[in-house]
Formats: sequence, structure tokens, C-alpha cells
Amino acid sequence: MAEGSLNIEDLKGKIGMEWEPGIYEIEKGMLRQFAQAIDDPNPLWQNEEYARKSRYGGIIATPTFVLTIGFEQIQQILASISPGTILHGDTALESYQPIRPGDMITATTKITNIRERQSEKGRTVFMTFEITHINQRQELVAKCRQMIVSY
Amino acid sequence: MSEQIYYEDIAVGSEITPLVKQPTTRQLVMWAGASGDYYSIHYDKDFAQSKGLPGVIVHGQLVGCFLGQLMTDWMGEQGSLRKLTCGYKSVNFPGETLICKGKINKSYIEDGEHYIECNLWVENTKGEKTVSGKALVTLPSRG
Repeated sequence: MAEGSLNIEDLKGKIGMEWEPGIYEIEKGMLRQFAQAIDDPNPLWQNEEYARKSRYGGIIATPTFVLTIGFEQIQQILASISPGTILHGDTALESYQPIRPGDMITATTKITNIRERQSEKGRTVFMTFEITHINQRQELVAKCRQMIVSY
Repeated sequence: MSEQIYYEDIAVGSEITPLVKQPTTRQLVMWAGASGDYYSIHYDKDFAQSKGLPGVIVHGQLVGCFLGQLMTDWMGEQGSLRKLTCGYKSVNFPGETLICKGKINKSYIEDGEHYIECNLWVENTKGEKTVSGKALVTLPSRG
């Protein structure tokens, strides 16, 4: 990749700025599809009858499901700036309450940090994004931090 | 589902029952669909090779979710996963056997909640730790 093709300077000017929030309606099928993708047979995520007798009184999402809500906002930002190689650096999830079918989740993304390093691969950029998830009752559901590496 | 564990049963330094995963390219496609992550590096071998990789690689976040499953399997229905962090140290390839492991690092009571902190990692069959992380869960108490 040519040096400088990553227009990171533009992005640096957007640190702390929130992108237009995305609103996501959570359907039961999404929760099942997610559990099947991980191959996680826990009946709390899929079996209505089992989940009804649990302390949750019904199906809940796998706690990691929220990591996918609004993640495409990060991908869109990356696609707009970088033709280089993108790798996932790290993930941090803080979970405050379970997501249930029927929830309306508002996901708001912001860039919290950008740093650069010269390596044998050329310039490597480390971008940290934070997504905050709020439900239809305006309760905080989760906070996800994603660090993406691009070179 | 295994029997519910309680805060009082957990000894610092003890290990969590490992979870073994073997992601296939089919699973990567399922993950792409479920997560919306369609970056070609995870399904297009030519594209992955053009990026200097030997072949398609497993989505880091999928492996991170395996660590989430390790915890939810272990903590049982009465437990809650409060925090999960994972650092993707090196890439994993489809077909590899991945062993998800954890060790109890700390236990403490705060504001009436019973917390367990664990160190987590994923090993491939060569014994390399490709992902490492931490989890914070709350467990029910017998008290």
C-alpha cells in the first residue's frame, strides 16, 4: 500500500466526535443466528420454554451479541479511509443488562484514540472506537471498545 | 447445562473447564452473516494472500466470542458476564483446534455483589496463545 493513502489526518480531527447513531430492532432470529454462528448451544439464547423458567423469564441474547450491533459503523468509517490491510487489535465489552427480542437498541460510535507507529510494514495506525448501546427505555445496555490496526 | 456454581466454591488460582473449538470456513461464513463482518480476508483466499497472509483467517471477534461462551458455560444461568476483554495477538486459521482456557485471578465482594475476575486465553495445538483476555463475572452466593 502506498504511503499516505490512508487519510488518517482527517480522522484525527474527528476524535471525540459522535457519528449519526444507528437504531437496531432486535429480532429473535438474530439471536438464534448469532448463537449458531458461535456454535453455542446454551438454551438461554434459543429455547423459549427453557428460558421462560429461567431468572430472565425469556430468551436473552448471548452477552457478546452486542459486539455486532453497530459494528458496521466502524467498517464504514474504515472503508472510507483505508485501502490497506485491516486487522482487529482488541475488544473490550462492558455489559450492563441483557438484550432481549423486541428491544430497540441505539448504537452511537465515536473515535476515542488514534496513534501511529512505523514498522517494517510501513506506517501502522491503531484506531480505537467506542460504541455505546442504549435501549428503548434509555437504559445503558453496553459499552464496547474496539481497537483496529491498519497498515 | 452444568450445575450452578457459587461464589464460595471458587478458589483463586483454579482453572476453568476448557472449551474446545474448531472453526471451519463454513463457520466463518456463518459468523460473517451473523455479525455483518464481510471483510474478504475471512473468505477469499486470493484476497487474503494479496495481503501477505497464507490463507483466510478466522475473525478475531469470533474467537473473542468463544471466550464469552467459555465464561457463560462456566458461570451458569445465575452468573452474569460484566466485562470481557480480548487482545488478538496472532491470527488463527480455519481447521485449527482452538482451546479456550481461563484461570481465576481474583474474587471480591463489592456493593453486595460477588465478583470473580479471570484471566483468559486461547491456545492453538502448537501451544501458542493467539488471543488473551480477561473476564469479570458476578456469581450467586450461598450466604
